[in-house]
Amino acid sequence: MKFTSLLTSAAMVLGLATAAVAEDKTKVGFVYVGPVGDGGWTYEHDKGRLAVEAEFGDKVETVFVESVPEGPDAERVMTQMALEGADLIFTTSFGYMDPTINVAKKFPNVKFEHATGYKTADNVSVYSARFYEGRAVQGHIAGKMTKSNTIGYIGSYPIPEVIRGINSAYIHAKKVNPDVEFKIVWAYTWFDPAKEADAATVLIEQGADVILQHTDSTAPQAAAQEAGNVITFGQASDMSEYAPMPRVSSIIDNWAPYYIARTQAVMDGSWETVNTWDGIAQGMVEIGEISDAVPADVKEEALAMKAAMAAGDYHPFTGPLKKQDGSDWLAEGEVADDGTLAGMNFYVEGLEGEIPQ
Amino acid sequence: MIVLEKRPQPSKVWSYATPLVAVLATMFFGGVLFAILGKNPVEAIGTIFWEPLFGEFSFYYRPQLLVKGAPLVLIAIGLSLGFRAGIWNIGAEGQYIMGAIFGAGAGLAFYPLEGWYIFPIMVLAGAFGGWLWAMIPAFLKVRFGTNEILVSLMLVYVAEQMLASVSLGLLKNPEGFGFPGSRNLQSYESAHNAELIAGSGMHWGVVAAFIAVIFAYVLLNRHMLGFHIRLTGEAPRAAKFAGVNPARLILFCLGLAGALAGLAGMFEVSGPAGVVSIDFNVGYGFTAIIVAFLGRLHPVGILLAGFLMALTYIGGEIAQSQLGLPAAAIQVFQGMLLFFLLAFDLLTNFRIRAARNEVA
Repeated sequence: MKFTSLLTSAAMVLGLATAAVAEDKTKVGFVYVGPVGDGGWTYEHDKGRLAVEAEFGDKVETVFVESVPEGPDAERVMTQMALEGADLIFTTSFGYMDPTINVAKKFPNVKFEHATGYKTADNVSVYSARFYEGRAVQGHIAGKMTKSNTIGYIGSYPIPEVIRGINSAYIHAKKVNPDVEFKIVWAYTWFDPAKEADAATVLIEQGADVILQHTDSTAPQAAAQEAGNVITFGQASDMSEYAPMPRVSSIIDNWAPYYIARTQAVMDGSWETVNTWDGIAQGMVEIGEISDAVPADVKEEALAMKAAMAAGDYHPFTGPLKKQDGSDWLAEGEVADDGTLAGMNFYVEGLEGEIPQ
Repeated sequence: MIVLEKRPQPSKVWSYATPLVAVLATMFFGGVLFAILGKNPVEAIGTIFWEPLFGEFSFYYRPQLLVKGAPLVLIAIGLSLGFRAGIWNIGAEGQYIMGAIFGAGAGLAFYPLEGWYIFPIMVLAGAFGGWLWAMIPAFLKVRFGTNEILVSLMLVYVAEQMLASVSLGLLKNPEGFGFPGSRNLQSYESAHNAELIAGSGMHWGVVAAFIAVIFAYVLLNRHMLGFHIRLTGEAPRAAKFAGVNPARLILFCLGLAGALAGLAGMFEVSGPAGVVSIDFNVGYGFTAIIVAFLGRLHPVGILLAGFLMALTYIGGEIAQSQLGLPAAAIQVFQGMLLFFLLAFDLLTNFRIRAARNEVA
C-alpha cells in the first residue's frame, strides 16, 4: 500500500517535472528554403533565429530544417516540427503558403508565421518587409552611378514582391537619370549560384555596369567583381565581404525584432493573427553601409531619402505615375495603396519587355 | 599486387549482395561523416533509419514513406525496362512535369464542374502528357538516330520552362492576387487525388506504383516483349537474330517510361502537391534513376529501393531538426549510396585476386 502510493507519487512528481520542463521551454521551428549559409535570404532568417535564442536563452528551444522544397516536402517538415512539440513555426518562403495553411488546420494549438504570403487563419499570421523602400535607395544610387545607362536586374520569379522591387528601383533611377534602361533576366530560382552568376555575366556582357539582384546568393557579386567596374548591392543580407566594390550598399532584412516579439507573444499567451508589413521605419528593412565607391553627394541624397521614408514623409510610389501601357496609375501626389502594391503585376511606364506570362 | 579478373559469368551472389553491402558501407562512412561534423554517428544513423519506422511519431511517418516513395517507384519501374534494353531515358523529370501539366490542365478545364469522370480523364491526360514528351526523343532516335540520353535530358529544361509558363499564365489561379501557381486541386473535390483511407498515405499514385511493380514483373518474366527487352540488353546480336525490332522496342520502352512518369506527376500534383507551381518538380525523375539501379532494375528490388530512398529523405529531415545536421550532409549521405552501389557493382563482374609478382 505504502509502496505503491510512494510509486504513484514519485511517478506524479516525475510526470509533473517533465511536463513543467516541456512547458517551460517554448519551442520555435524554422523552415528554410535555402541553406543557412546562402549569405542572403535564409542566412538573415537564421540570424533572426539565433537572436531569439540569445534573447530568451534557456526558455526557448529552436529547431530548423534548411533547403526544404516548396510543396509536399514542406508540409511534412512542418508537421514533423508540430508533432515534436513546436509552439511556433516560422515558414520563410512564399511557396510554403498552402502547406502552412494545411498543417495549421491539423494543429490548431500551434502558431504559424508565414513570410511573404497572403493567406491567414486563426493560428496563421503573415509577415513581410517593404523591400521596395530599399529598392528606391538602390535605384537612386544606380541611376547616378551608371555610365553605360544600362542597369541589369536579376529577377527570381515574376511575383508581385519582385515586380514591386523592379518598379521602385526603376522609378528612382529614372528620376535622376532619364536615359537609364533596365535589362531584366528571370532566373526562376531563389538560390542557384551557378544560374545567378550566368545571369550576371550575361547582363554585364550586354553593357550593364550596375547589377541589382533579387536572388539570394553572392554569386552575382562575385561575377561583378571579376568583371570589374560593375557595381552591385547586397540582397537580403549585407554581403559586406564584397564591399567597397562591387557592393556599394545593400538591403538588409532584419527579422530579429519581429521573431523575438512573436516568440514573446507566444510565451505570454498574447499571440494573435496579424498581417505585418514593416519597412525602414520599423527597422525590418535596413540599408547597409554605403561604401566610399559612391560619391559623397550621392550618398547624402540616398541617406536623405532613407530618412524621409523612415519618417513617413516620402513613399516610393508617389504619383504622377503611369503604367507600362501608358494608362494612368497614380495622379500627382497620390500614393499607392497597400492592396495594389501587394498584388502588383504590372510594370511602370518606361520599363521594356513583358512580365513573363 | 591486386588484380581484377573478369568473371566468366556475372556473380549471382554479388548481384544480390551489392545493394546490401552498399547500404552498410553508406551507413559506416555516413557515420564517419556525421562524427566529423561533431554529431553522435550512432544516434544520427539511428534517427535516419529508425525514427520514421518505429519512432514516437511513426504513425505519421510511415504513411509519408508511401507518399514519398510512390512516385520514385512508379518512375523507376518505367525507366528500368528501358535501362535493361540499353535505352537510356534520363529525362523522366521532364515527363513527370508534363504529366502534371496535362493532368492538372485537364482537371482545371472542368472547374468548377463536379463529376466522377473528371479524375479518370486527368489520369489519362497525365499519362498522355508524359508519353508525348518521351515520344520526342524516341521518334528522333528511331528516325534520325539521335542520342536519347541528350535529347531526353535537354527536354527536362524545356519542360521546366513550360511549367513556369503555365504557372504564370495558362493555369494561373485567377483568385491568386497575381501570384504564380494554379488553383489548389486539393480543394476541388472531383480532381483531388485524396487519401483512400484518411491518414494512411494511400492515394491512387501509391496504388498505381504497386500495380506497376506487378505489371513489370509479369512483363519481364512471362511475356515475349519482356524477353525481348532482356535479350536486347544482354545480347544485342542474339536479339537481332531473334527478330527483335529495335525501333518498336525503343518506342515501347520510352513511351511506357514517359507514361508512368507522367502518371507520377499527375498523381503528385492532384494529391500531395495540390498546385502547379514553378517549383513543382523536386527531382523525383532524377532520383528515380538511382532507385532503378539500387533496385538492380528488378521490379521488386525497385520497390524496396524506392522505400529505402524515401526513408533517407524523411529520416534525413528528422535528423536535421532533431540533431541539427546540415541538409548538405544528408545529400552527401544519399549520394554515397549510389557511389558505393556502383563501386561494389564491380564485384559482380570482376573477381579481386592477389597476384604474385612474377619475373617476366
